[in-house]
Amino acid sequence: MTGETLYPRLEPLLAQIQKPIQYVGGELNSQVKPWDGAAVHWALMYPDAYEVGLPNQGLMILYEVLNERPDALAERTYAVWPDLAALMRENGVPQFTVDGHRAVKDFDLLGVSFATELGYTNLLEALDLAGVPLHAVDRDETHPVVVAGGHAAFNPEPVSDFVDAAVLGDGEQVVGDITDVVKAWKAQGRPGGRVELLARLARVDGVYVPSFYAVSYAADGAIAAVTRTRDDVPVKVGKRTVMDLDEWPYPKTPIVPLAESVHERMSVEIFRGCTRGCRFCQAGMITRPVRERTITGIGSMVEQGLKATGYEEVGLLSLSSADHSEIGQLAKELADRYEGTNTSLSLPSTRVDAFNVTLANELSRNGRRSGLTFAPEGGSERIRRVINKTVSKEDLVRTVTTAYANGWRQVKLYFMCGLPTETDEDVLEIAELAVEVIRAGREASGQKDVRCTVSIGGFVPKPHTPFQWAGQASADTIDHRLRILRQAINADRRIGKSIGLRYHDGKPGVIEGLLSRGDRRVGRVIERVWREGGKFDGWSEHFSFDRWTTAAAEELAPFGVDLDWFTTRERTEHEILPWDHLDSGLDKEFLWDDWQEALNEEEVADCRWTPCYDCGVCPTMGTEIQIGPTGRSLIPLTVV
Amino acid sequence: MARQPEGPPPPPTVQKLRIRYAKRGRLRFASHRDLARTLERALRRAQVPMAFSAGFSPHPKISYLGAAPTGSASEAEYLEIGLSVRCDPEAVRAALDAALPEDLAVVECVEALEGTGSLADRIDTSVWRVELPGVALAELEPALAEFLSRDVVTVAKRTKNGLRDIDARASVTSAFAVEEAGCAILHMVVRQGTPAVRPDDVLAALTAVADLRPPLPPRAVRAAQGRLDDTGTVADPLGPDRAARTRCQGEHATI
Ligand code: SF4
Repeated sequence: MTGETLYPRLEPLLAQIQKPIQYVGGELNSQVKPWDGAAVHWALMYPDAYEVGLPNQGLMILYEVLNERPDALAERTYAVWPDLAALMRENGVPQFTVDGHRAVKDFDLLGVSFATELGYTNLLEALDLAGVPLHAVDRDETHPVVVAGGHAAFNPEPVSDFVDAAVLGDGEQVVGDITDVVKAWKAQGRPGGRVELLARLARVDGVYVPSFYAVSYAADGAIAAVTRTRDDVPVKVGKRTVMDLDEWPYPKTPIVPLAESVHERMSVEIFRGCTRGCRFCQAGMITRPVRERTITGIGSMVEQGLKATGYEEVGLLSLSSADHSEIGQLAKELADRYEGTNTSLSLPSTRVDAFNVTLANELSRNGRRSGLTFAPEGGSERIRRVINKTVSKEDLVRTVTTAYANGWRQVKLYFMCGLPTETDEDVLEIAELAVEVIRAGREASGQKDVRCTVSIGGFVPKPHTPFQWAGQASADTIDHRLRILRQAINADRRIGKSIGLRYHDGKPGVIEGLLSRGDRRVGRVIERVWREGGKFDGWSEHFSFDRWTTAAAEELAPFGVDLDWFTTRERTEHEILPWDHLDSGLDKEFLWDDWQEALNEEEVADCRWTPCYDCGVCPTMGTEIQIGPTGRSLIPLTVV
Repeated sequence: MARQPEGPPPPPTVQKLRIRYAKRGRLRFASHRDLARTLERALRRAQVPMAFSAGFSPHPKISYLGAAPTGSASEAEYLEIGLSVRCDPEAVRAALDAALPEDLAVVECVEALEGTGSLADRIDTSVWRVELPGVALAELEPALAEFLSRDVVTVAKRTKNGLRDIDARASVTSAFAVEEAGCAILHMVVRQGTPAVRPDDVLAALTAVADLRPPLPPRAVRAAQGRLDDTGTVADPLGPDRAARTRCQGEHATI
């Protein structure tokens, strides 16, 4: 029987492993619908541990949107830690969902959300544990259709052997379209088998079915052509864009885990998209244009979400929250509403400007001012022009000093290392900056205990950005620059002791680079690494650089390419990139020009406040910028 | 100058409630920390008017009494909460129960009255019921008899500081075995102390003295907690509050 619970078989295993609570489900606001009542069954996977995957907003939204349909059922599944995976294999317990503890292989669809490429080996592990053939070609009508989504799905080529389809862009509407297609095909008695189902899915706007596209390679290793193998599928697959976010107020009832997770708060997405134009930022590029939720829409989501969860913290989420057209009023009115309720409000890491300090002050009006995070990203003014995140050193120091003067004791600064055109000097400026920030901060606050944490990681060039052509810095380069930065910070102990340095070594970034800008040939590397035991690559204790480099060398050699070819090599203007047939709306010419402007250290403005500069997105996708202000305001909540 | 919270200090505690709750089914796998987070959120959802500590990061006034280990179910876990507005204990019980996940149930809520002593002083013993699937009564009985005949049974216990030898015997004040539906069940009364002797330790002791090796993981349920008296009875720790309450009926706000 399908859809049966596996829990009685799982329970004895749970008594023998670490943190069993993550596998039992039953969280507040989770749901288990009757199997037979639904025509279409979705298993939704976040390919990392439960504690990382549970708070993922994208998956939480789709879970609700799908479960609201009477004809659909959605349950969640996460990557299983090796201790349980070993017991499951030993006892023949397959990959299961945490809601109904149903076997993943019983579902019609397995949707996998890839926030990062380092989850790929976990997908293979889950497929194997589920008893679903690893390769899409080996699956038949009885197997779930494996659909990739999330930002990494904008270049799903490295996993194209393993997924049946990839969805580009916002998921809210397209999951409904996919559900309709699967439902109709099943109701008609599955005509034409799996191939026909995939062909129907390929005609849904935003759905890419890799098996209907053939890739050929030229003698130099680059792609010669990508051609469709059926003429009823699109030449280029465009992304989906949800307009009018107020009509999609999800999640309405966020799932509250019992286990500890990485974000112990409720999140409300206050707008989607970003047109600041930071050139390294894939999220900003592929989610254009900006679509704001209105102040009243946000107000009711916060109110409803707090009631539904009991969380004590609300995060106002977006790629650059201080840019919301009503943010000042929103911060004030939310702070008024929740004054005296022990509910705290927060913004994620913000751009460096004084207004952000004002906002943070407002949100923490009567709370503790522990830490404030800014993201200058680049160490020198020059490199900040290259990445189009311009802020002068003086403004940066002044902003951070203002934060200290306003009672913030701890400031975190996010940087990247290995940016295009970067030199040692650009990175060393981070140390100067941190020292100056502490000096000025001590003076402004009159306190010795101000602290500054510099958090820095290696830059990975991503598809659909102006830096998609850039040569990635090698792990050695990154590690060298991090080393000299550490030495520079420690040079003066009296100041250096107030500065913390958090960094990631350059190796995982190289593999992320391979997977980000890889093509179909990289699939063999992923499979080999998984077969040799690779999984949880986002966790330093599980990640093995040597396993990846050996696999890459051996699996790529027959094609005449290697790890460097995919990572440190700079691409030329007319090279066919593996994701060129996947359309984020951005014109390739626009991106190339922006890349050239980056090299010339030229800035580009934000199209919210200056005229459209034709990046290509709005006309291609039929979308437009949606911003306020609406002129509305939040009325105080009636006291209960 | 360090910042101080503006405005008046938080309202004082005007009423203390003592709560007995159960963790059942799947949620036996919740740890103490998991439960504490879940209970705090449920109290907020239930809009129970909690009293808070002062300062920039005010904490709701909740004290937990020794939690059953992760993996054990319990019918008798206890906590005490401080309220800033007087409430009907039964209304708090019902509201909190409704706000908790299905497998957590609020069994009882009583007002702690002055002069009835602290709750911690009323708990020094646990009553356990341990199901041993795949073990027959005929196997358990002799093993248990052997265990009870010893004065000391040393077992290795995993602690924060690595393995450590403890005596699993002295804390067990009584125990007996029965069978239900072909499954042996171990009932035992165990004194709480440091290091705590848990059902796992007693089972390890049964392996040590009689080579009893359950083929499947045993399932432990804490059936009760309380103070062990001279007659071997474990007294209900909420008894004194319940008795006092019938004598003194206060005014209660509803929530
Ligand atoms: S098309 Fe124009 S308005 Fe739309 S996102 Fe691009 S630059 Fe902005």
